Amino acid sequence: MTMAQTIKDTAHKKGHFGQFGGQFVPESLMPAVLELEEVYEEAKNDQAFIDEMEDYLTNYVGRQTPLTYAAQLTKELGGPQIYLKREDLNHTGAHKINNALGQALLTKRMGKKKVVAETGAGQHGVATATVCALLGLDCIVFMGKEDIRRQELNVFRMELLGAEVVSVDQGEGTLKDAVNEALRYWVAHVDDTHYIIGSVVGPHPFPAMVRDFQSVIGKETKDQVKAVTGRLPDAVVACVGGGSNAMGMFAPFVNDSEVKLFGAEAAGKGIETGKHAATLSAGKIGVLHGMMSYLLQDEAGQITEPYSISAGLDYPGIGPEHSFLKDSERVTYKGITDDEALEGLKLLSRKEGIVPALETAHAISYAREIAEGMTEDETLVICLSGRGDKDVTTVKERLGGDSHG
Amino acid sequence: MGKEKLEQTLQATLDKGDKLFVPYIMAGDGGLDVLTDRIAFLEEAGASAIELGIPFSDPVADGPTIQAAGLRALEHKVSLKDVLDLLKTTRNTREIPIILMTYVNPIINFGTEAFAEACEESGVDGLIIPDLPMEEEDHIFPHVKEKGIALIRLAALTSPDDRLKQIGDRTEGFLYAVTVKGTTGAQATFGEEVGPYIEKLKTFTSKPVLAGFGVTTPDHVRDLSQYGDGVVVGSKIVSDFHDGVTDTIRELIQASKG
Ligand SMILES: Cc1ncc(COP(=O)(O)O)c(C=O)c1O
Repeated sequence: MTMAQTIKDTAHKKGHFGQFGGQFVPESLMPAVLELEEVYEEAKNDQAFIDEMEDYLTNYVGRQTPLTYAAQLTKELGGPQIYLKREDLNHTGAHKINNALGQALLTKRMGKKKVVAETGAGQHGVATATVCALLGLDCIVFMGKEDIRRQELNVFRMELLGAEVVSVDQGEGTLKDAVNEALRYWVAHVDDTHYIIGSVVGPHPFPAMVRDFQSVIGKETKDQVKAVTGRLPDAVVACVGGGSNAMGMFAPFVNDSEVKLFGAEAAGKGIETGKHAATLSAGKIGVLHGMMSYLLQDEAGQITEPYSISAGLDYPGIGPEHSFLKDSERVTYKGITDDEALEGLKLLSRKEGIVPALETAHAISYAREIAEGMTEDETLVICLSGRGDKDVTTVKERLGGDSHG
Repeated sequence: MGKEKLEQTLQATLDKGDKLFVPYIMAGDGGLDVLTDRIAFLEEAGASAIELGIPFSDPVADGPTIQAAGLRALEHKVSLKDVLDLLKTTRNTREIPIILMTYVNPIINFGTEAFAEACEESGVDGLIIPDLPMEEEDHIFPHVKEKGIALIRLAALTSPDDRLKQIGDRTEGFLYAVTVKGTTGAQATFGEEVGPYIEKLKTFTSKPVLAGFGVTTPDHVRDLSQYGDGVVVGSKIVSDFHDGVTDTIRELIQASKG
C-alpha cells in the first residue's frame, strides 16, 4: 500500500479542509512551507522513499503493532467485542514516532541538517530526538518552562539522545508558547532547518502530511480487524490533543460510512469550570499557528491557556481536519474529564494489564460510554496511542497513592 | 481618508526630499490613556505615519521586546475594540495616518466585515497583518478594500523574485521590506544582501519601499533609507517609550530628514 492511496483531499481547496486549515504564516516562512509541500508531494509518490520509511517502521519502530483482543474489558463492559490498537508498543512508547520518522527522512531529502521541534509532555520531543540521533541530524527542542518542570525525566531523555532542550519563558511557558518559539526559531534558521511539528496542526502541508504519516495506524487496523472478523469495525475511538493519533486512525475509515468514529478531547475539571482543553466542544473559529481551526479564546480573540491532567492534550487548538470532521458530523467528539480519564486508566490497567498514557485514558473512558449503545456482535477499536510510564508520578499524586481509588 | 490619504501623505514627504519614517508603538503599553499623547508626540516629532500594534497573545513574528510590550498591554486588558473606540473618539486630534498592525485572529474574532467598518469609522488608513500571506488574503482583503483601507504587504529576504513581484504589485500604501531573517527586535548590523534586496524591491513596485525589522540606530535609518524610501522602527521605539526616553526617538526621526 502506498501513502498516496490515503490522500483524499480532492474535494477541498488546496491545503484546506472546508473552511479550515490554510497557511497563515509570515511571508518569511512561505518559501519554506511551499518547498516542504513540493518535496512531500514528490516523496510520497517515490517508491524509494516509501520503501525506506517502511523499512524503518518495521525494523526500528517495531511495526506493525498488534491489535489486541481485550477479553476482560469486553466482558466487563458487556457490549461489543473490544480491540486495542497497540501504538504503545512502538519504540519510544507512543504513536508520535511514526510522524517524527517521516519528517526526519524528509529533512534529509531536503538537504537540511538541523531540526527544530516543540514538545509539551515531551513525547514528541523524545520521538524527534530519537530519530535525529538515528539519522544524524542536529536537534533543538523548545519546551515550556512549566512543562520542563513537570516532565524532568523526558528532558533528560532528550538530552541523553543528544538534543538541545531550550526552556520557553514566554507566555505561560506551556505547549502553545513552545510552538510559538519553535516557529520563531524556524523563521530565523529556515535555510538549514526543518520544523518537525508534533501533530496534525500548523500551516499546510503539515496537517495533511502528519495525517499521512500517522495513517499507518488506521491502515493496519483495517487489515487486522478484517482478518479477525471478516469485516470492518463498527466503531473506532481515539483521544484528540492536536489530533494526530486520531487522524491517523480515522483517515483510512473516513469514507467507510458504516464505521462510526469518535474522538475524546480533554474536558479537564469540567467544561463549565473553564479549566479544560475541549477545543471542539467549547472553542470558536480563529487562526493560530498557521491554521484556521476551532480555538480556545476569550471575547477579544486572545488565545486562552488550556488545562488538562494530561500534558499531551493541553493545547488550545486542534488539527483543522478535525474541525471539518466535526462540522460535517462525520466524527462525534466529546469532552472527557480528568476524573473520568483516571477511571479509564485504572480500568485498563486492572482488566488488561496495560497502563495507558493519560491521553489515551480519555479514549478508554469514552469507549465505555460508546460500548453501552452497542451489541456483542459488533466490534469497537480503541486507539491505544501510548503507554503510561511517563504519567505514573502524576497519577500517583492525583490518586494520593491510593491505587485502589 | 484611508489608502489615498496614506499614499498622498507619504508622497508629499518624499517630494520634499525627506525619507519616510514610520514608528511602531504597541497600543495599550503603559495603559490606553497614554496612547493619544504618544501619537501626538510622534506626529509633532515628524513621523510620516504611525504603525499601531494591537496586542495578541501569540505574536509569532515578534521578538522579545514587542512580545513583552504586548503582554503589558494585555495586562491592561486592552483589546482591538478598545483601540478602535479610542481612535474613533480622538479622530480629530491628529492628521497623521494611522496603520494598524494586527495578527489575523483578533480580526476574525471581531468579525471581518465589522472590523473593516470600524476601521473606517475610526480613521484607520492602513493595515499590516504579519500572518496573512498572499495565499490567505481573501479572508480579509475584500472587506477592507471596499472601505478604501490600504493593505500593506510584507516582502521577505527569503521570498523568491516571482513572489516579490506579486507582492510588490499588490501592495498598497507602501511595501514593507522585512530586512532580517527572523523576528522583530533591535540588532547591531544587517546582512550585506539587504541593500541589493531593497533596491530590487524598488524595481518590483510603484509604491514606496520601507525597510523594517531590526532598525535601531540613526545610522541604520540613514543607511537603509538610501536604498529605498525610508524605514519602520519598532522595538527601539517601544523600549524607549517604556523607559520614558523620548530624545532618542526624536534623533531617530531626524535621521530620516533632508
Ligand atoms: C500517548 C499520547 N497520546 C495522544 C497524544 C495527543 O496528541 P495527538 O492528538 O496529536 O495524537 C499525545 C501527545 O503528547 C501522546 O503522547
